[in-house]
Amino acid sequence: MSGYRYTGEKLPPDEMKKRMHTSRNKMREQDQRARARNFEEVNLGYDAKTATKEAKRCLLCPTSPCVEGCPVHIKIPEFLQKVAEGKFIEALDVIMQDNVLPAITGRVCPQEIQCEGSCTQRKASGEAVGIGYLERFVADYERNSSRKCSIEIAPPTGKKVAIVGSGPGGLSAAADLARMGHEVHVFEALHKPGGVLVYGIPEFRLPKEIISYEIKRLESMGVKIHTNHLIGRIYTVDELLEEKGFGAVYLGIGAGLPRFMGIEGENLNGVYSANEYLTRSNLMKAYRFPKYDTPVMKGKNVAVIGGGNVAMDAVRTAVRLGANNAYLIYRRSREQMPARDEEVKHAEEEGVKFMFLTKPVRYIGDEQGWVRKMECIKMKLGEIDESGRRKAIPIEGTEFMLDIDIVVVSIGTGANPLLTGTTPGLETNKWGYIEVDEQLRTTKKGVFAGGDIVRGGATVILAMGDGRKAAKAMDEYLKTGEWE
Amino acid sequence: MSEIISIREIVPNVHELVLHSPEVAKKAQPGQFAVVIPDEVGERIPISLADWDEKRGTVTLYFLEVGVSTMKLARKRAGENVDFMAPLGKPSTIKKFGTVFVGGGCYGIGGIKPIVKALKEAGNKVITAIEARSEYLIYHKEELEKYSDEIFLSTSDATAGTKGKVKNIFEILVERGEKIDAAYFMGCTFMMMMSSREAANKGVKSFVYLNPLMVDATGMCGVCRVTVNGETKFACVDGPEFSGEKVDWEELFRRKSQYSLYERDSYEHHCRLERGIK
Repeated sequence: MSGYRYTGEKLPPDEMKKRMHTSRNKMREQDQRARARNFEEVNLGYDAKTATKEAKRCLLCPTSPCVEGCPVHIKIPEFLQKVAEGKFIEALDVIMQDNVLPAITGRVCPQEIQCEGSCTQRKASGEAVGIGYLERFVADYERNSSRKCSIEIAPPTGKKVAIVGSGPGGLSAAADLARMGHEVHVFEALHKPGGVLVYGIPEFRLPKEIISYEIKRLESMGVKIHTNHLIGRIYTVDELLEEKGFGAVYLGIGAGLPRFMGIEGENLNGVYSANEYLTRSNLMKAYRFPKYDTPVMKGKNVAVIGGGNVAMDAVRTAVRLGANNAYLIYRRSREQMPARDEEVKHAEEEGVKFMFLTKPVRYIGDEQGWVRKMECIKMKLGEIDESGRRKAIPIEGTEFMLDIDIVVVSIGTGANPLLTGTTPGLETNKWGYIEVDEQLRTTKKGVFAGGDIVRGGATVILAMGDGRKAAKAMDEYLKTGEWE
Repeated sequence: MSEIISIREIVPNVHELVLHSPEVAKKAQPGQFAVVIPDEVGERIPISLADWDEKRGTVTLYFLEVGVSTMKLARKRAGENVDFMAPLGKPSTIKKFGTVFVGGGCYGIGGIKPIVKALKEAGNKVITAIEARSEYLIYHKEELEKYSDEIFLSTSDATAGTKGKVKNIFEILVERGEKIDAAYFMGCTFMMMMSSREAANKGVKSFVYLNPLMVDATGMCGVCRVTVNGETKFACVDGPEFSGEKVDWEELFRRKSQYSLYERDSYEHHCRLERGIK
């Protein structure tokens, strides 16, 4: 519970009437035929005029359900008011109190099930205020403006904190802890900071220059980022606490171990994990090969297995790499797909061929060991299972063959045991995810954790929410030293 | 980023790279590896850690110049900086076996030194063998001699030591009655396969250091998956050391070749760039 209530001015009745039953302003997008061939961002954002118009759709309702729906409780009505007044930098100031990565969350949050999902305007007109679009707009406005939003930083506390992993959770924790006056060091294993924002989410959904801008902002706040540092190997968590002088450690290491299905032919040439396919394309910029040295295979017939946002990113990457047929193969039906509506819509527009209620059974290779065909089986939906979704059951005798030359397995990730395995006293559950209490404290004193390594596969914003929550608890712990 | 202290071509196509990295020098263990990125657009190249000096704060690597990325790395000069991540992978199995045989080829001649040294310090009788096509490609002999009880050379053209390869030396020693309790092989995939097969034939267990394709090298991408004893393993986090007799070598060869056509395109691209052809 955020406990937030909008206490600003109410709308006069006639203005309220005018605002109700308005329809949402569309965001400009790159033409679908053109964008399917480039890696530039699909969404082009609002212009200032449209942004102001959209912000004026907010009903300033007394209950502010949007704030409740937001995992980091951004004071949405206040920021929308500022946008409506044309005070865009001030609008960003409001957002930044609760979320330091607005250009990113404005793009990748599943707003339809969060802030916008509970928007009162949605109940009135059927279309929520474009909160995500506006968050993105103000962040982009500031990035391109010489006027910057103001960030207050508390005087130095003399305490040092270590953040392991520079993904969305780690960066959010780092920002809050820096604002509280702590000396923050972020350790990142890869050569570029950003975690999943850099290696996982493609350029066409989240341009990498935005991430570098946000990271520079953090650095200007005093956060020190150490790339090429794999914690667990270069330093253990114990060494950070005992030898390196860190008073507290946050583990935001993600769940980076790719899962495979364990079916025949998964080690054939041309079979990728989504992590590999996307890391090559996004982090290593393989889509610009040979200008960049790391290659990624360009298939004619590419099959992506899975139904989440990562699967959408992979299949849309395949389209852009020139696939004639980019298949998205998902064992349940469209309604059960965990991917965001917008991603599914974009994928469809770009020509992705969806094959629902279908599951791969095995992959068949040629003599040189390259994948050439896959055998699939049709599925039907049964009872609701422990995941809360209807169980997918194979229908015997419905096997069929599909010609393919690239497969991208995108069925989720598991916990990477590297760090948990080198940290005595850190308890994990049976899946290898770290156990935490409601303050995100682990079983090891001074060590906090959040995001996918606790939740086992969630979203950018949930990881950010965890980072902020942990930052608060860490600040408390650093001040009091109390752990019980 | 880490600074290059020195870089030189120690024998044709094999380069010795010394980097400034006190933290890694303190942490490195035998059998572990590093990732080096030559430049802004470069690949992440996995390379075995061959030596380290805690006092000087340096780490030494040997790499074979085989493609665009290693060519670029070979052209770096002292004073320049590269992205360097280490130590990676599990350390070698080091314990007292009795008599151990350590074979190295190509970059592995440099790479085996920490393993040889650690096995010696663990109280083993260490027999070291190295292979090269010809005498002029042999390096590091004196370095390895320091920690070996015996050292043997082999060359394909018989210009130094025994004609043949590490596996031939192994075979000769066993047939001569040397009781070998464990063997270690580091070098190109073919060398490791042939040597570990020879060891298995003679009933000796072997450790090999697999060198599949890698991208992140932290367990995240899975491109390095290898089948060992019928199970899929990630060489970067479960390895790089595995039992040689249990590795599916055919699959490893096949998976390593996945990008050979791209490699050629990349090479052509860089050749054109250098000649100023757009």
